[in-house]
Amino acid sequence: MLEIKNLHVKLEDEEKQILKGVDLKVEAGKVHAIMGPNGSGKSTLSYVLSGRDGYEVTEGSAELEGEDILEMEPEERAAAGMFLAFQYPVEIPGVGNMTFLRTAVNAQHKARGEEELSASDFLKEVRAKAKTLKIDAEMLKRPVNVGFSGGEKKRNEILQMAMLEPKLCILDETDSGLDVDAMKLVAEGVNALRDEGRGFLVITHYQRLLDHIKPDVVHILAGGRIVKTGGPELALEVENNGYAGILAEEA
Amino acid sequence: MALPEVKQSATEARLSALTLPESGCLKAARQAALSRVQTMGLPSRRDEYWKYTKPDTLVQADAPKAAVFHADEVPMFNAFERLNIVFVDGVFDAEASDDLELEGLTIDRIEDICCKDIHWAKDLYGVLEARGQTPVERPLAALNTAFASDGVAIRVTGKVSKPLNFTYVHSDENSDAILHHVIRVESGAEVTVLENGPAASRFNKCMEIDIADGGTMHLVRAQGRDHERRAATHLFARLGTESVFKSFTLTVNGVLTRNEAVIELTGDDAVAHIAGACVGDGDFHHDDTVFITHDAVNCESRQVFKKVLRNGATGVFQGKILVKEGAQKTDGYQISQSLLLDDDSQFLAKPELEIYADDVACSHGSTSGAIDEEGLFYLRSRGVPHAEATDLMTLAFLAEAVDEIEDAEIAADIVSRLEGWLARRR
Ligand SMILES: Nc1ncnc2c1ncn2[C@@H]1O[C@H](COP(=O)(O)OP(=O)(O)OP(=O)(O)O)[C@@H](O)[C@H]1O
Ligand SMILES: [Mg+2]
Repeated sequence: MLEIKNLHVKLEDEEKQILKGVDLKVEAGKVHAIMGPNGSGKSTLSYVLSGRDGYEVTEGSAELEGEDILEMEPEERAAAGMFLAFQYPVEIPGVGNMTFLRTAVNAQHKARGEEELSASDFLKEVRAKAKTLKIDAEMLKRPVNVGFSGGEKKRNEILQMAMLEPKLCILDETDSGLDVDAMKLVAEGVNALRDEGRGFLVITHYQRLLDHIKPDVVHILAGGRIVKTGGPELALEVENNGYAGILAEEA
Repeated sequence: MALPEVKQSATEARLSALTLPESGCLKAARQAALSRVQTMGLPSRRDEYWKYTKPDTLVQADAPKAAVFHADEVPMFNAFERLNIVFVDGVFDAEASDDLELEGLTIDRIEDICCKDIHWAKDLYGVLEARGQTPVERPLAALNTAFASDGVAIRVTGKVSKPLNFTYVHSDENSDAILHHVIRVESGAEVTVLENGPAASRFNKCMEIDIADGGTMHLVRAQGRDHERRAATHLFARLGTESVFKSFTLTVNGVLTRNEAVIELTGDDAVAHIAGACVGDGDFHHDDTVFITHDAVNCESRQVFKKVLRNGATGVFQGKILVKEGAQKTDGYQISQSLLLDDDSQFLAKPELEIYADDVACSHGSTSGAIDEEGLFYLRSRGVPHAEATDLMTLAFLAEAVDEIEDAEIAADIVSRLEGWLARRR
């Protein structure tokens, strides 16, 4: 599904190397978790994969289902099936959440040469999915993320993911800012999307999310490189002992 | 006091190209306005009030040529019931207009004010314009009062069931039109007035609006798509107790536009909202100049102006809130913002507050910026193509001004024009 090889990334405007050779392969149907100290490059990886400006790939490649995505525009990557649930979802005053969702869904259908959803089908689908995430109608009417609480923003990300049905879902600290109940809702939302054809890359600092979204593989990203890969037990080790042990052992 | 020589000669040149209309009972008002023009002189580049906008082409004797633009689209404000009043190059067109009859109001041409002995109109014509000459001079408005060749007097006495729709057709590339309307909204009466079209190659329009206690007027205008047209418009409104006046202006294209609004809140608890959205591309200069005077207790005023500028277009905002002594509990809000789609465009703003009462809440803000890159990326990461995402962000920027329009159908029409403008620039 997603194959990253020897990915080196620096900031465009500064001589600062952030990713220093990341290798990662996420298979369809699998959930990979990425953990790692603050500032190790987790968000950078997710931004580079989704096409945000400001980064320069100096070496390496990233392919989604065999297609080189690094040359694509962000919207093309989205149409190809890439989705990033932002660590900090962006507020867009003046654009209604519903308008935003419909525009996005229709744009992707169009880019893939599929038919647009009818207004009523779209509405039905949004309402049903919003309901399972406990997002009320009033929130759908408001401008995108404006005045949303931290947890509401994260649930809104998952709603977008559920509507867009991407192939590869990257979740960047979707658990941060969520209360215990909201975390369950979000995890259920994610689990509902788990299937054979879809891969997940879940970035988190805490084991707790992984209790709900069971990962197949856990990676530790530190200093711009994946320093260790293991099973779910690796997350437990981080939870109990922090990174010191792992980093020392890999150094 | 003698005028500077340049101003004197420019004023004389303009005046010599005009003749005072025969106008019976309005003669005194026109004569008085003419002397105001002669005393003040027409605007020049040296005037502080014209610092950001060159008045030359608005003042010169002959109107610069402006090609007539034939838009291939449905006319504005076409989707609902309204009473049409059509002017072609500034001349009333009875054929094209509906019968000027509607329950709750009377409409007469200004040339009939005297023969029909319409007292209220006689007493209003030129009066608000003259009041609006202090503390800042507005010579083009006085010129209008003196020389207006057409216009209507509307008296609203009840709640009018459908909007009045002025359609200003531009058909001659050398047209130079001067129109003057007077509107009196009686106590408790309510009306919506729409205006659309470029009107002429050069358009000088003055509207005097007197709203009695408890009266309400909504005004929505769209200034037409002709690129080369020029316009200087003045809106003078006086608001009585608990009256409401809300205006919105859409400006799409036009090489030069100066829209002045002079609003006086003279009765307690009155509400005035003035909003505008303009989108300009290239040779486009748009100036909103607003002066709001609070002269009563517990009044609310709101100014919301948004400008989208690209390819070297220029936007100007001069907005003042004057709170007079005793105008306590004033609530004054003013925001003017521009969205610059490139580095060549510019926005010049001069927001002012002058307050002589102590118990007031006034705020003003002015910003100028580019499209929010974070927002743009967010939209694109969801699959919205760059151009569409930019349009969404642009419409979102304009939304605060468009939201000032209360009627949903009218607002939808305005939004569709903005979408059209954006789509043509993809
Ligand atoms: N646009 C930028 N300008 C300057 N520094 C940046 C920029 N983007 C990332 N960095 C730096 O790159 C490093 C990696 O940042 P990144 O956000 O990817 O870390 P992270 O692993 O997601 O951290 P956290 O766990 O705190 O979210 C940090 O040192 C950060 O300050
Ligand atoms: Mg991060």
